[in-house]
Amino acid sequence: MRAAPAPRLVVAVAVGGALGALARWGVGEAFPTGAEAFPWATFAVNVVGSFALALLPAFALVRRSRTVAVALGPGVLGGFTTLSAYSEQARALLDADRVGVAALYLVGTLAACLLAVSVGSRLAGPEPPGAVE
Amino acid sequence: MTALLVALGAAVGAPLRFVLATRLDGRLPWGTFAVNVAGSFLLGLLSAASLSSDGLALLGVGFCGGFTTYSAFSVQTHDLGRRRGSAYAAATIVVSLGACALGFWLGA
Repeated sequence: MRAAPAPRLVVAVAVGGALGALARWGVGEAFPTGAEAFPWATFAVNVVGSFALALLPAFALVRRSRTVAVALGPGVLGGFTTLSAYSEQARALLDADRVGVAALYLVGTLAACLLAVSVGSRLAGPEPPGAVE
Repeated sequence: MTALLVALGAAVGAPLRFVLATRLDGRLPWGTFAVNVAGSFLLGLLSAASLSSDGLALLGVGFCGGFTTYSAFSVQTHDLGRRRGSAYAAATIVVSLGACALGFWLGA
């Protein structure tokens, strides 16, 4: 087990996480999806957030400051994206016998996020491993 | 009001994830894995319990949403490479979905 992060970093993640979650909530309010429809809002949030996390090391400020890096990465983007809503939406779709939509959602989100990450990290260029998580 | 509850929930969930991930993520991201599974379980439980909309905003959208993360999950999957990345992604998705269903079943 590794050491606990510095309190300054934990606070940065709390502030960033609150902002990211607010943005996710705003997107959900702006584009509500029915319980049995493909959850487009969460899909878009997770793809955009994954892309942005992969792209972060491209910014000099993120490379220079660990505080800025964690405020934006695990903070804003961690709070923005969600895996719990993804699980719950898929569970609800399966419960409603929308097996095809559930499968498409589960696999489609993963595929789109991985594609977004590979584009983002290519744009960001090479980085020392573990710089941003 | 709802916005405040969402922000408040995430202001607790996100740093909790950060601490767990920092301590437990190693060669394999066990911390992030555990967080995503636990958060999915809790959201399943909360979805089955008939919470008020304020309760759902605070604990569901805020806490669980801020606690779990898809962005770190997809970057980790990418960085782990084809073989270990596939195993990590499949394990996260299957176990999280199962945990969510279990939570929903227990909460109903």
